[in-house]
Amino acid sequence: METAISAEGLRKRYGDHQALTRVDLAVPAGTILAVLGPNGAGKTTTVRILTTLLEPDEGRATVAGYDLATQAREVRGSIGLAGQYASVDERLTGRENLRLIGVLLHLGRRGAKTRADELLEQFGLVAAADRPAKTYSGGMRRRLDLAASLVGRPRVLFLDEPTTGLDLTGRRTLWDMIRNQVAEGVTVLLTTQYLEEADQLADRIAVIDRGTVIAEGTPDQLKRKVGGERLEVSAASVADLAAVERTLSGLASGETVTNQETRTVSIPLTEGMSTIAAAANGLELLGIEPEDFAVRRSTLDDVFLALTGQQGTPEPEPESESESESEPGATGAVAASEGKRAA
Amino acid sequence: MIEAVSDSFALVGRRMRHIRRMPEHLIGVTVMPVASVIVLGYLFGSAMQAPGPGGYEEYIMAGIFAQVMLTNMTTTGVGVVSDLNNGLVDRFRVLPISGSSVLVGRTVADGVLVAWSCAVMTVVGYAIGWRAHNGPLQTLAGFGLLLLMGFAMSWLGALLGLVLRNVETVSAVSGVIMMPLAFLSNAFVPLDGLPGWLRVLAEWNPVSAVVSASRDLFGNERGPTSGAFPAEYPLPTALAVLVALLAVVVPLAGRAYRKASAQR
Ligand SMILES: Nc1ncnc2c1ncn2[C@@H]1O[C@H](COP(=O)(O)OP(=O)(O)O)[C@@H](O)[C@H]1O
Ligand SMILES: [Mg+2]
Repeated sequence: METAISAEGLRKRYGDHQALTRVDLAVPAGTILAVLGPNGAGKTTTVRILTTLLEPDEGRATVAGYDLATQAREVRGSIGLAGQYASVDERLTGRENLRLIGVLLHLGRRGAKTRADELLEQFGLVAAADRPAKTYSGGMRRRLDLAASLVGRPRVLFLDEPTTGLDLTGRRTLWDMIRNQVAEGVTVLLTTQYLEEADQLADRIAVIDRGTVIAEGTPDQLKRKVGGERLEVSAASVADLAAVERTLSGLASGETVTNQETRTVSIPLTEGMSTIAAAANGLELLGIEPEDFAVRRSTLDDVFLALTGQQGTPEPEPESESESESEPGATGAVAASEGKRAA
Repeated sequence: MIEAVSDSFALVGRRMRHIRRMPEHLIGVTVMPVASVIVLGYLFGSAMQAPGPGGYEEYIMAGIFAQVMLTNMTTTGVGVVSDLNNGLVDRFRVLPISGSSVLVGRTVADGVLVAWSCAVMTVVGYAIGWRAHNGPLQTLAGFGLLLLMGFAMSWLGALLGLVLRNVETVSAVSGVIMMPLAFLSNAFVPLDGLPGWLRVLAEWNPVSAVVSASRDLFGNERGPTSGAFPAEYPLPTALAVLVALLAVVVPLAGRAYRKASAQR
């Protein structure tokens, strides 16, 4: 497959701080790569280098087939960027913002107008189109910013923490918009601190920490690396917990983890079905009815912990926009794994 | 080239929309200059000695114009910083357009605003008794020279903004640059009363050259000189200094723009 973004050995130093030690990336055309890392890992620096905003000290990269060092203008003609902080002209309306970019991209007055209307429609901004952008909510600003990065129909799109600060609804909306772009053949490199986001969106994930890519692969590959599936049993009462622990540890081929607070015991599931059956039988013989009996695949949280020795960032506090309906499906999973971590 | 011009034009349009949307911006470029004319020309004028028969009102106007041109440095500098910190500079820098269009758009738009200030001050100046005596061509040339100064100051402000990247710092630094330029010049007081060395310094101040040259073009009296070159030949001096300043600052600002990133 054609490679839309490739970077080799990018290094960047700010004063005496080595922000990027070595970054290598390869993104096949038409796919999404998530660059996942904690604050200060070097995500923004990487994006700024790949979008021609910053010169690397060392290393080479091509974007959309153009060499960053010698064909910066061609690169700029093929990319869109939505930076970490929405960059819109607050005093212009949403429509004026998009038209200005269109005119600067030489779409002509007519072309710029049509393209702006299209994008306003596509990003649900028609009603707010003629209000100054400073009156927009965080989510609307992000959408306008994303729309502005798409005016020139870029082939490669860079999104630096596109959903930071948004509530769940806002993030979902943005995720859908990003997926739509990929469906139209756009290649996306997005950075995120949210494990769930990378898992949801990305074809491949590059985990970056302290300026280096420390792991790269599909979400499934990364999860497998950290140890596949675990059997988890929650006891209905504290009295049962010891018995559950004894039963499971007898079957475990690896470490048994017990969380007193949630009364949960988990073991690695190496033998698959037979371990599950043995556990169920063992508990039944003792007359124990567990509160919960489940197979859990490791989350990216676990990946991150295993790779960096740090916890990933937990779910964001929804910011101002309080219309966020809580969706237990998504937040619940992460909350549960956080609980286990405490064990 | 044509594209660069149309890009700059689009960006000038953006600034004009800002102004239309926030008319309070017009207050800054209207009220302050008008207040300067009234306070300096009318109130102080009654107590000041000025050369020539026109009185202090005639003497002071070129000085006030020049002072307003100096403040254009802050206007542009602060504007550039806010674009930088809003991420707009990044947005423009990833477009396949030349960086100079963005800065030209900004400096030309600020030039339009400062021309507006000039127009308003002219009306008020006329009301308090200022007159230009050399006919329309020379009068226009006088304004042209002043606006060239405003344009050069604007580019200097853009450079400061791109390098300093912080509104407070830009305001402070441009203030420090402006103070001696404005007050150690013949903008507000004739220089013949100054002690010798100070007078030489003030006569060599480029602002004095611009002010003297526009007084000449307006046909306003500018008083005796010590015979120093810039005081004897203010117009060539002013033009040379302004062109030299632009020749240095424009490429530097262009380079700073291509490497610009917001302050963190
Ligand atoms: N302009 C700069 N000057 C000095 N240090 C910087 C600058 N930009 C980034 N850094 C440092 O480089 C590291 C990587 O920063 P960044 O790429 O912004 O990380 P991320 O986007 O992953 O949070 C951080 O330690 C940050 O403090
Ligand atoms: Mg960042």
